[in-house]
Amino acid sequence: MTNSDMKTESPHEAAGEPLVRIRDLVYHRGERTIFDGINIDIERGKLTAIMGPSGTGKTTLLRLIGGQLRPDTGTVHVDDQPVSELGYGPLYELRKRMGMLFQNGALLTDLNVFDNVAFPLREHTQLNETMVRDLVLMKLHSVGLRGARDLMPSELSGGMARRVALARAIALDPMMIMYDEPFTGQDPISMGVLVSLLRTLTDALGLTSVVVSHDVQESLSIADYVYVISAGKVVEHGTPDDLRQSKSDWVQQFIQGKSDGPVPFHFPATDYAADLFGGNN
Amino acid sequence: MLNQLQKLGATTLGIAERLGRGHLFLWHVLSGFPALLPRFGLVISQLYSVGVLSLLIIAVAGLFVGMVLALQGYYTLVDFGATESLGVLVALSLVRELGPVVGGLLFAGRAGSALTAEIGLMKATEQLSAMEMMAVDPLHRVVAPRFMAGILAMPLLAAIFSALGVIGGYFVAVGLLGVDEGAFWSQMQAKVDLYEDILNGVIKSIVFGFVVTWIAVFEGYDAVPTSEGVSRATTNTVVHGSLAVLGLDFILTALMFD
Amino acid sequence: MMHSRTVQIWVGLFVVAGMAALLMLSMKVSNISAFTESEGFKVTGYFENIGGLKVRSPVTMAGVVVGRVASIGFDRESYEAVVTLNIQSEYDNIPEDSSASIFTAGLLGEQYIALEAGGAEDALKEGSELQLTQSAIVLEQIIGQFLVSQADKE
Repeated sequence: MTNSDMKTESPHEAAGEPLVRIRDLVYHRGERTIFDGINIDIERGKLTAIMGPSGTGKTTLLRLIGGQLRPDTGTVHVDDQPVSELGYGPLYELRKRMGMLFQNGALLTDLNVFDNVAFPLREHTQLNETMVRDLVLMKLHSVGLRGARDLMPSELSGGMARRVALARAIALDPMMIMYDEPFTGQDPISMGVLVSLLRTLTDALGLTSVVVSHDVQESLSIADYVYVISAGKVVEHGTPDDLRQSKSDWVQQFIQGKSDGPVPFHFPATDYAADLFGGNN
Repeated sequence: MLNQLQKLGATTLGIAERLGRGHLFLWHVLSGFPALLPRFGLVISQLYSVGVLSLLIIAVAGLFVGMVLALQGYYTLVDFGATESLGVLVALSLVRELGPVVGGLLFAGRAGSALTAEIGLMKATEQLSAMEMMAVDPLHRVVAPRFMAGILAMPLLAAIFSALGVIGGYFVAVGLLGVDEGAFWSQMQAKVDLYEDILNGVIKSIVFGFVVTWIAVFEGYDAVPTSEGVSRATTNTVVHGSLAVLGLDFILTALMFD
Repeated sequence: MMHSRTVQIWVGLFVVAGMAALLMLSMKVSNISAFTESEGFKVTGYFENIGGLKVRSPVTMAGVVVGRVASIGFDRESYEAVVTLNIQSEYDNIPEDSSASIFTAGLLGEQYIALEAGGAEDALKEGSELQLTQSAIVLEQIIGQFLVSQADKE
């Protein structure tokens, strides 16, 4: 595993302040080190993908950005506000401008599709019901589910549930949306729908999007910039084309999905032959 | 030996930590109560699932407990020729003890377990996290209305339990066993005191409602977010809730009826 | 929200049922007269022995409850029990020299104070003291006396 291109300065220089700035982030869960000093910048209006094998704490990273978890050391700034130091009130104010799409949608099961999308509007605004109705229908239309407004979450397929959750996430017109594994477990058609939705929403609404995923090809096809995380470090970052040409064996194995390489096929174990003939132990 | 000692210490620390979290949780939830008043509709829909849906089991149980009390009491009292006191026996047992206690146990089993399972599942399916990320505090939006509904519903359920129990006892005593109707009611009215007995019973049921609902919503909120964790939390609610009702009943009885 | 009307109606019914149950418990099961009872006047009486008399035991006159025992104390000088009676204010014409006796309702029943009207002009009022009192009959004493008198006869 190479950490040779870890840099402490800003990973890439671009015009304007990045929306999310993560510096020297360290996070432990129990004895395990999840992040060991990572630096990530997420540009405004761009679609940034964060990739890595399962269990590298990609979801944890989103929760750190959203302020649901606090880092052990290091800082997370969103729109120049130090998320990890904000109090209850300012943090909730900041979250009104962030959307998050959970892996399985996380729709509120006792509300139908319409009420789910209306939920943040009713909680945070004083709009009258006609306004709420119009806004909800607009958001549902943009994800192509205006006709499904009366269904309950249990009646939706996984892909539809994610699209409803997406409509809910953009209900308050946030500045950024974080997607947690949006492509996992989708059939090719809903996958295609989601991929194009992500791209069009980012472009049409000028949203900043953060996609956490291990679906390499889909992520590379839509991302503007990519970070690859493994074992608590940023292993590689750059545009999708940079990554495809990466010299790191590890990145090549990850991108092409080879079964053996720097990451061995076998879980560390004692000698095979010795194990077989070794009796009960 | 040293290992055992370490295990004991770890368990004690775990319990203390959980108690601390439970109290912080309670404080946070209670701080959401004022904001509920203008949105009382949230509490009403929870009163439905906590109160109305528990009504049937509470009513049936109350009726039968009262009937059995009258039947059993009769066989003891008839030896002393004191069957007129059957009304007193039934009413005092129900109002002081059985209404709040059996009502509380049934409440823990019916409403408490449902609350834990519901909140636990909302946690397991990331609905609570999603709310947090939508800048909606789940402790205020999800837990607080359920908590308030539990506190409001329990005294009403216990009163319904006791009242139906008295009616059940009346049917058995007067209808079945031939106790004099006038004596049944007048003895009861002479001996049952509004403050001593009925008000204390209501206070008990409010305390039980508070504690059982607190345990239920905390177990749900603190559950390990897997199906196994939620089912364990649900069991915990029923066990801990019932034990809390019985333990507190002893303390409250000792304080009230000295 | 869907069905919110049905939900509200059910919750309304639930609250009405709960209130009705509470009302029934206080009106039909307990003695609602507890409300009015606090309004009354207090008189005291000294008893040599109160037996099993308790606070809240009834005070009767001709068998009708006119008040209840408010408190029971002990007089350090005379070694007697001081019983404070709370008489309901409507019974304001009980003669001052009425006598108070502690009786037992039935052989095993509870003990109560029975007032018997005297002939005085003045009525009992707040702070009056009952002069004529008769202690509780203690069953063991009577049996003891009976046995002694039987022994004397022989």
